[in-house]
Amino acid sequence: MPSLIAKSACDGLLPLSEGGVTLSEAAPARVTSVAPFAGQEKATDAALKTMGLGWPKPGQSFTKDEAQILWTGRGQAFLISASPAELDGVAALSDQSDGWARIRLEGAGAEAVLARLVPLDLRTAAFPTGSVARTGLNHMMMVLHRAGAETFDIMVFRSMTASAVHELHHAMKALAARAAAL
Amino acid sequence: MRINCPLCGTRDRREFTYYGDAVYADRPADGAPIEAWDDYLHLRDNPAGETRDLWYHEMGCSSWIEVTRNTVTHEISATRLLTDRKAPAKKGKKT
Repeated sequence: MPSLIAKSACDGLLPLSEGGVTLSEAAPARVTSVAPFAGQEKATDAALKTMGLGWPKPGQSFTKDEAQILWTGRGQAFLISASPAELDGVAALSDQSDGWARIRLEGAGAEAVLARLVPLDLRTAAFPTGSVARTGLNHMMMVLHRAGAETFDIMVFRSMTASAVHELHHAMKALAARAAAL
Repeated sequence: MRINCPLCGTRDRREFTYYGDAVYADRPADGAPIEAWDDYLHLRDNPAGETRDLWYHEMGCSSWIEVTRNTVTHEISATRLLTDRKAPAKKGKKT
């Protein structure tokens, strides 16, 4: 058996920094898709509450220490950095860990960078900390989570990593150049 | 143009994919007469006024949405998840 080299989704691409905005890869974590079986939403919520989380409503997330659960679609959420053992039998679980690139965009200009790529109002009044949206990052499907006032966590399909990094870096460079020219 | 996704809220049209008339959601029952299938596949009303379409929130939550819109004013008066719709009786179902 040859020994294989494990590479993260953004290996060799990140981190990047432009004009006070940084783009970095999130630490590798277990990602599980959670889809409650019919009529089991309350049981799923109860099981998640024992972990300090809960079943998120559309656009919602819960965070407890390292563990997170993000709403990701109709009847579906992603459990991150936590074991889904508690949910056995109440929800359909599938491991997504290697399927997604998890990227963090951070800095005072993070909102302005995303404004060039995302067709959503991301001001804190409309998209406060903890909010989650399924939307597009230019032409890519993404899960967008506001982790802090100037911190966004972005998930895109792993196969789209290089394109996503390229798009984000392009917007970061354009904004930095504009600030430098003023 | 913006469409109100019942889960995500009002979103830009580019997040959605148009499928067709809402009739497509009412598939005839197995063994339905040929006229019911002809109606389902080929015959469409062309109203000057209210009509219903199916839209897919592809770049969002992956929900199928029934959009009620007006072909004269372009106003979208209602949207709802296809799963929230009461299933109509299947045409031509044998009893």
